Amino acid sequence: MSAVDTVRRVLDTHGKLKTPAGALTEDDDLYAAGMTSHASVNVMLAVEDAFDIEFPDELLTKTTFCSIRSISSAVEGLLEAAA
Amino acid sequence: MRMPTTITATKDARPLAERVAHVADIAARYAGEVDAAARFPAEAVDAMRTTGLLGASLPTALGGEGLTLAQLGSIAAKLGAACSSTGMVFAMHHSQVLSLSRHLGGSASLAILAGRIASEQLLLASATTELGIGGDVRSSSCFVDLEGDKVRLIKNAPVISYGSEADLVLVTARRNADSAPSDQVLVVCDAANLTLEATGGWDTLGLRGTASMGYKLNALVAADRVIPEAYEAISAETMLPVCHVLWASVWLGMSRALVETSRQYVRSAARRSIGSVPPGATKLVGLIAELERFEALVEGLTARTESLFDDRDAMGGIGYQVSINNLKVTASELVAQVATAALAITGISGYRNDGQYSVARIFRDAQGAALMVHNDRIIANTARLILVQKG
Ligand SMILES: Cc1cc2nc3c(=O)[nH]c(=O)nc-3n(C[C@H](O)[C@H](O)[C@H](O)COP(=O)(O)OP(=O)(O)OC[C@H]3O[C@@H](n4cnc5c(N)ncnc54)[C@H](O)[C@@H]3O)c2cc1C
Repeated sequence: MSAVDTVRRVLDTHGKLKTPAGALTEDDDLYAAGMTSHASVNVMLAVEDAFDIEFPDELLTKTTFCSIRSISSAVEGLLEAAA
Repeated sequence: MRMPTTITATKDARPLAERVAHVADIAARYAGEVDAAARFPAEAVDAMRTTGLLGASLPTALGGEGLTLAQLGSIAAKLGAACSSTGMVFAMHHSQVLSLSRHLGGSASLAILAGRIASEQLLLASATTELGIGGDVRSSSCFVDLEGDKVRLIKNAPVISYGSEADLVLVTARRNADSAPSDQVLVVCDAANLTLEATGGWDTLGLRGTASMGYKLNALVAADRVIPEAYEAISAETMLPVCHVLWASVWLGMSRALVETSRQYVRSAARRSIGSVPPGATKLVGLIAELERFEALVEGLTARTESLFDDRDAMGGIGYQVSINNLKVTASELVAQVATAALAITGISGYRNDGQYSVARIFRDAQGAALMVHNDRIIANTARLILVQKG
């Protein structure tokens, strides 16, 4: 499973989105799709758990969690740094 | 005894922050081993040497980097977060360096000696505590005895941190055989002119890497190694303030490390129970608030000391002395409280000696803070001071 698929799965469980994550493009605004800031914390924790990573403080911003692409690329960056 | 230093200061051109990060990495790597074996953190101190950190507090005129107290405190905190013992060695060393370099009293030979701290990266230790006198640092029983153009000094010192590793030991003693216990001088003794007969080991609860063994110290040094200025002034204007600021900085660094481990623990608990705030999170809020108070305390007293540092009257003034004594007492209590709170948050994971959420080593180290010059003694001294303080 690619990072994008896993992120979509996490968003379905924790994102409180109005539509299934599969119906969103990678660049659609997740906040516009219904994700609250409270839900974004749960998404962050679930993504950390799924990839066994920890977001450093500088990545814990609204922009990191604004789209499927932004989350996936942050994850890939952290996985690369850890490799 | 350590062999005479062979490392000639290879100038490390990297910026200070990089050199400090390098030493901190090494300190962190060996922290567990240093603690388990109760051995001197040789790797980290060697790294201080090769990066020039042992001379960094000296003014540039003496070959140092002229670091401010705030810079030294920031380094002490970073090293303390990585390995408490390494941080304490750094703090104790620089409090001795400044006690010498700020009180040369125009002596050319002491100035040359101070310059060697930078050019040869010498490590300095301190022998103030004396058997029978305990932690009353402003009182000595041993004395300086003239032998021709040299002076003999014999001191029964129950605790000298890294005494066997030091190149120079600064020793307090009475000025001569007839002097009162408080009429003290500070004598700079080369490892080469001194024998240290071990009288006690260092198998302790914490700060095990400081290797603070007991020795009978016997030194025969040139008479000009006795710093001319009274120890009373050196103590009030440099030794005590710098010790308290740098020790508090190390304890602050240890506290930051404890808070970081607690934070990671709480976040991992949150990942396992997504949607609910784990119970540790509430405690973590309180812990972070406590850390913020600690940061403000250390920053405030560091800045105040820095601003008064060259004003002899203000440094010796009662108002400042009360504050700098209180810094030591409060900071030592705070690091112990932070350690207790971190243990409560991390629970059995923190209690373990192994694993990524262990807080055990720093918890043990934190207990030493109140004892190194016992808080009861400091409070008793402060109580005497405030009786004569005016408004
Ligand atoms: C990690 C570490 C490193 C150290 N490194 C060094 C070093 O490099 N060089 C060095 O010289 N020393 C060093 N020391 C020693 C330290 O500075 C103290 O001087 C020493 O620990 C005091 O020993 P003590 O507690 O036995 O004695 P005391 O200070 O005599 O205290 C013993 C007891 O008496 C009580 N007490 C004594 N006097 C009073 C008073 N006036 N008012 C109230 N209560 C009082 C105290 O409450 C305490 O319970 C180090 C200590 C530690 C923990």
